[in-house]
Amino acid sequence: MAEKKKLNLNRVPIPKQEPGIRRKNFNEVALGYTEEQAIEEASRCIQCKKPGCKEGCPVNVDIPEFIKAIQDGDMPEAVRILKSKNSLPGICGRVCPQEIQCEMTCNLAKKGAPIAIGRLERYVADWERAHPEIAERQKDNCISNGKRIAVVGSGPAGLTCAAGLAKLGYEVTIFEALHVAGGVLMYGIPEFRLPKHIVQGEVDYVKSLGVEIKFDHVIGKIATADEILENGYDAVFLAPGAGAPMFLNIPGENLSGIYSANEFLTRTNLMKAYLFPEYDTPIKVGKRVAVFGGGNVTMDASRCALRLGAGEVYIIYRRSKVEMPARREERENAEEEGVIFKLLTNPKRFLGDEQGRVKAVELYEMELGEPDESGRRRPIPKPGTEFIIDIDTAIPALGTRPNPIIPSTTKGLELTRWGTIKTDEATGRTSKEGVWCGGDMATGAATVISAMGAGKRAAADIDAYLQGKS
Amino acid sequence: MYKIVERKVLVPNIIHIKVEAPEIARKVKPGQFVILRVDEVGERFPMSLADWDRGKGIIDIAFYVLGTSTRKLASLREGDYITNIAGPLGNPTEIEYYGNVLCACGCFGCGPTIPLIKALRGKGNKVVSVIEARSKSFLFWEDRLRELSDELHITIGDGSYGKKGWANNFIEEYLKAGNKVDRLFAHGCPFMMMECSKASKPFGVKTVVSLTPIMVDGTGMCGCCRVSVGGKTKFTCVDGPEFDGHEVDWDLLIKRQRTYLDKETISLESWDRNNWHRIMEL
Repeated sequence: MAEKKKLNLNRVPIPKQEPGIRRKNFNEVALGYTEEQAIEEASRCIQCKKPGCKEGCPVNVDIPEFIKAIQDGDMPEAVRILKSKNSLPGICGRVCPQEIQCEMTCNLAKKGAPIAIGRLERYVADWERAHPEIAERQKDNCISNGKRIAVVGSGPAGLTCAAGLAKLGYEVTIFEALHVAGGVLMYGIPEFRLPKHIVQGEVDYVKSLGVEIKFDHVIGKIATADEILENGYDAVFLAPGAGAPMFLNIPGENLSGIYSANEFLTRTNLMKAYLFPEYDTPIKVGKRVAVFGGGNVTMDASRCALRLGAGEVYIIYRRSKVEMPARREERENAEEEGVIFKLLTNPKRFLGDEQGRVKAVELYEMELGEPDESGRRRPIPKPGTEFIIDIDTAIPALGTRPNPIIPSTTKGLELTRWGTIKTDEATGRTSKEGVWCGGDMATGAATVISAMGAGKRAAADIDAYLQGKS
Repeated sequence: MYKIVERKVLVPNIIHIKVEAPEIARKVKPGQFVILRVDEVGERFPMSLADWDRGKGIIDIAFYVLGTSTRKLASLREGDYITNIAGPLGNPTEIEYYGNVLCACGCFGCGPTIPLIKALRGKGNKVVSVIEARSKSFLFWEDRLRELSDELHITIGDGSYGKKGWANNFIEEYLKAGNKVDRLFAHGCPFMMMECSKASKPFGVKTVVSLTPIMVDGTGMCGCCRVSVGGKTKFTCVDGPEFDGHEVDWDLLIKRQRTYLDKETISLESWDRNNWHRIMEL
């Protein structure tokens, strides 16, 4: 019997830009492992007989197998294993919440030091990008089966579904409303967390499988889902993404200088307002910025505001730190960079100047009561605690409601009471024959990886459905 | 990429282009708009359509040269390409038989009035139109509007032609004289539409205005184009662009439209410095 190997519980830290430097630039915060660091971290993996990590992954990546390949220094093999299950590893390695997925179910997590699966995934994806000749060799030869699929939206759900179907031989067309592909990966997640050339690299990979992308196509307007089906497509996958941003519904909310997080991030990331006037789209942050909310988007918006030159950035959240839905890593990054957390605080109204610009916000304190339906302790206002702080910009980051354009223009689509499209979770099927749905339009706001999982399941089901028909 | 097949300077600072966009031309209805991005570093901005030819796959845009984006657009020539045009966006105008309809327009607002009048007349409405311009040298499409309308009136700010005054002066006099108007449509800058709405309000004439606030995506995702109508916040891109002019909070609209005035000046100066030769060609 082999001697039991001693467990190595020292996670290899990932090099990062220093907080004082990074808060002034849009370059990526986490710098990624070197080959030595990747092999060292991979070597901690004990190759469990019953790997917990795999079950924690929404797209079932063969995690121990690709880590084994890194241990052996066989990067092309690691790429092959990873890409057979995940078409967008460079993105997942950066933005997946591994701490509640694969790394949570890693058997070493019990000892407090799970394998840094996300960082290794990122390493493999970046290695592939640096070695395009390998990628070329590994490109699947897709033989067309003559069937055509329309995918609406080129975000994580759409790209994953398109890649999955293209690999099976389908002719896939993606209809994208904006002028670039990537959806939230381009307009929402900031450059310093997910560089846009990485996203475009993954988009290019999907295109290399034969997928066509049509830009400027707002489905429901230029063509309806019904017209797409009539025009010779065998199936439609709807993945139009997030919809209308929610606001606070308090007085003064339409003053200039108050941006939804969607608008603030879209101007910054998609339109590159941080490069104004080289790029035409302007943005204004001023000296003091208040961001409202406690999720990842709140962290992204506040960290963008710092980099756009704001002196003081506040996150105003009505509960306490433990209830914040943001990833711990992102919260810590924001704190390190100097974002000021005003917890148990809620806004009452905005005050403006004569030009209609926001100049201050009135806030009041909260305390936590009994748990509510979300299981988190309900915040209760404390009377008589009102106070005013001066601000130049306010950013409510409160989530989104489903966009009505597709539901209102597609006949026979059943909706949920939240306005999302009623979708079978296992298959992505909707109530309408030939129409599948996934991502935020099916589930409401969620993560990149859950949208990718939905895209992957829908691709498998569309294939099964069309195989059954022929 | 969308090819410009025809370009004409109508009057100083207003340019008419015809652009190849067959899918948009096939679907667009009066009242809808498009979002343009002129080049790879450009911003996204909304434009009304001044007509279209479904058979030829052409859309018409008549635009006022004001900031960096419109100056870039103005510097393109026949055979050049616009990088992105997304549309048709927004809701179409409710076109029904109303009876007597008054269409007021000024500046770039004369563009979308053309398909509107065609559609209204198609439903059997009697259409009386009124154009306003600052002076005779800024008046365009008089003949086209006269040919399409049952009746055309012209108001000129400095009195150099037609009747001295503005569209709102005409509306007020026309309604005071006891003329029956079942619906009023106004297209132009926010100030002009506000004045027209004020003129019609005492007479209780339902007034439809078409708003073009600052937009980014144009598909309901960002909320930049929010306006207040009847005390409720609306997104112009998906709830509009047409609203009841008597219910619009004009002060808020105009102030929000001025959010980036200082930045727009910086942007324009920076473009001008690098493109002085193109400005001379405008």
